[in-house]
Amino acid sequence: MALALSDHSSIVTITPPPSRRRRFVVSKIGRIGGISLIATYLSIIVVIPVTALVLHGIGFGISTNGAGPALWRWSWHLSPMVFIHALQLPGAVHAIGLSLWLSLLVAFINCVMGLAIAWVLVRDEFPGKRILDGFIDLPFALPTIVAGVVFVFLYGPASPLHVDLFETWIGLMVALLFVTIPFSVRAVQPVLEHLDRADEEAALTLGAGPVRRYLTVVLPSLAPAALAGFGLAFARAIGEFGSIALISGGVARTTPGSAYVFMLTGSFQWAQAAAVSTALLLLSLVVLITSSVASRRISKRLGS
Amino acid sequence: MAILLNRVTKSYGSRRVVDDVTTSIDDGSLTVILGPSGSGKSTLLRLIAGLETLDSGTVAIDGQDVTFQDVRDRNIGFCFQHYAPFRHMTVAKNVGFGLKVRKQSRADIDRRVGELLEIVRLSDKANRYPSQLSGGERQRMALARALAIEPRVLLLDEPFGALDAQVRVELRSWLRDFHHRIPVTTIMVTHDQQEAMEVADQLIIMAEGAIQQTGDPRHIYASPSNEFVQGFLGPITNFGGVPVRPHDLEIRGANAPGEHAVVTAIQNFGFEVRVDLRTEHDTSCWVQLSTREAETLSLSVGDAVTVSVRHEPALMI
Repeated sequence: MALALSDHSSIVTITPPPSRRRRFVVSKIGRIGGISLIATYLSIIVVIPVTALVLHGIGFGISTNGAGPALWRWSWHLSPMVFIHALQLPGAVHAIGLSLWLSLLVAFINCVMGLAIAWVLVRDEFPGKRILDGFIDLPFALPTIVAGVVFVFLYGPASPLHVDLFETWIGLMVALLFVTIPFSVRAVQPVLEHLDRADEEAALTLGAGPVRRYLTVVLPSLAPAALAGFGLAFARAIGEFGSIALISGGVARTTPGSAYVFMLTGSFQWAQAAAVSTALLLLSLVVLITSSVASRRISKRLGS
Repeated sequence: MAILLNRVTKSYGSRRVVDDVTTSIDDGSLTVILGPSGSGKSTLLRLIAGLETLDSGTVAIDGQDVTFQDVRDRNIGFCFQHYAPFRHMTVAKNVGFGLKVRKQSRADIDRRVGELLEIVRLSDKANRYPSQLSGGERQRMALARALAIEPRVLLLDEPFGALDAQVRVELRSWLRDFHHRIPVTTIMVTHDQQEAMEVADQLIIMAEGAIQQTGDPRHIYASPSNEFVQGFLGPITNFGGVPVRPHDLEIRGANAPGEHAVVTAIQNFGFEVRVDLRTEHDTSCWVQLSTREAETLSLSVGDAVTVSVRHEPALMI
């Protein structure tokens, strides 16, 4: 009751009795309390660190002029040239570029493969299906540096399979595909599970073959989820460090953004590291926002 | 005979959903399969469409055995309970889907879609998306989509099941009228006996996977072949140990011939009045009266009356 009242408080013209009004006030306080709690938590965990990174990246700083704690003696300065200078460092643009195209490629491949894997896991029955389903989450569970060690062992110079991907972009790609596959599969799987089979049967009775049914009926319904999975996989790939740190070999040619940032911190170039990180963060945000906007537009049209 | 089913059987695991069904459906008729949920009526419809495969028996459409024919080649129009609209396509694209699959020219598709939308009264909604339509409009779109391919048979699975009561009543009479204009052989499945009685030329009553009775709905209503059919098609009451329709009983003054009884309750539903009675043999029964009959009798609880079976049982609803 209190909830309903607070929802329509502007429309309700009758004055609620005191007891109800008290409950209404209490619920409002409760809600404000809840929101503040969440806001505080998110600030500490996410907002403050990210803000600090970005401010640092664009050369924001605070200094005190003269002595004394008086607040008005503080001043701040912004030197965006730090950002531009950092991007002019040798290898910076290459590293960011490598991260960008590699992450796009990986997100795309896993988007396609994720759809295929989800399809098999949902629609087919075969022995060991449960186990395969469990394997999908493994990259979540495994520390990425462990995956990195395994990749260097398997696909490194001493590969028992005689596949040497050390210091190659393919090696990086394999590692990133591994790390991002859960995002792609788990994004579409639940949607596919709840898809109304009648849609496909309708297409079937109208004469559509399997390919047309998939492309014109199933895929459009999965598109919002697949796009969301693409965005998440891309964001994960562009931020990934552990699994690629070793196989990249520390060579400029195969050093993506995250490893480049790690190198900068190694030589105490904090401002430059923050600047490159900010650039990576921006790219991530652009792709995430674009994919989620596109995803929402499609879902809205589907009217689910 | 448009459709012939011969000893059609289908089981899911150990459960026989359709059990040895043999029947025929007339060309151009509007046949309703009526039964409670779990009676196998929807499965039977899906077997005719080819969406399920039979365990044994045969299905023939227009004299051609289609038992092992692929759904796509059966040329069947199927409407699903929840309409199964292609949600990312406009109404016009939905309706034209089957024609596009059949690789018809753009101009032909546009013309045919235009005609169909005219028939189902959705011309002004051609460029809308299904999510922008009401339930009744979606159902009409699904009907137009199924009809676009000029099917030999139109199959409707609980077509009005998900609609509001008022829209349902409207669409029923619309469907009757529609079938009159486009007399394609139609089979509709429903669990709603009123809907079935109103719409059907031919009625097939199913329970527990088997056909209970087939024929003209009025005939089945008047002379049901077993107690299940009688009870399922309409209310029954027990009079002198015999199940009868409550509107086939008559109430008259205490001195009239018949069984003596006392009025125990009266419920007025506006369009009809239900009178509960206790007879001289201490059994209870109830009588359904029209409001006018009830007014003429002007009964009240405690009145002594007589009950008897009407000489000419009233037919139909």
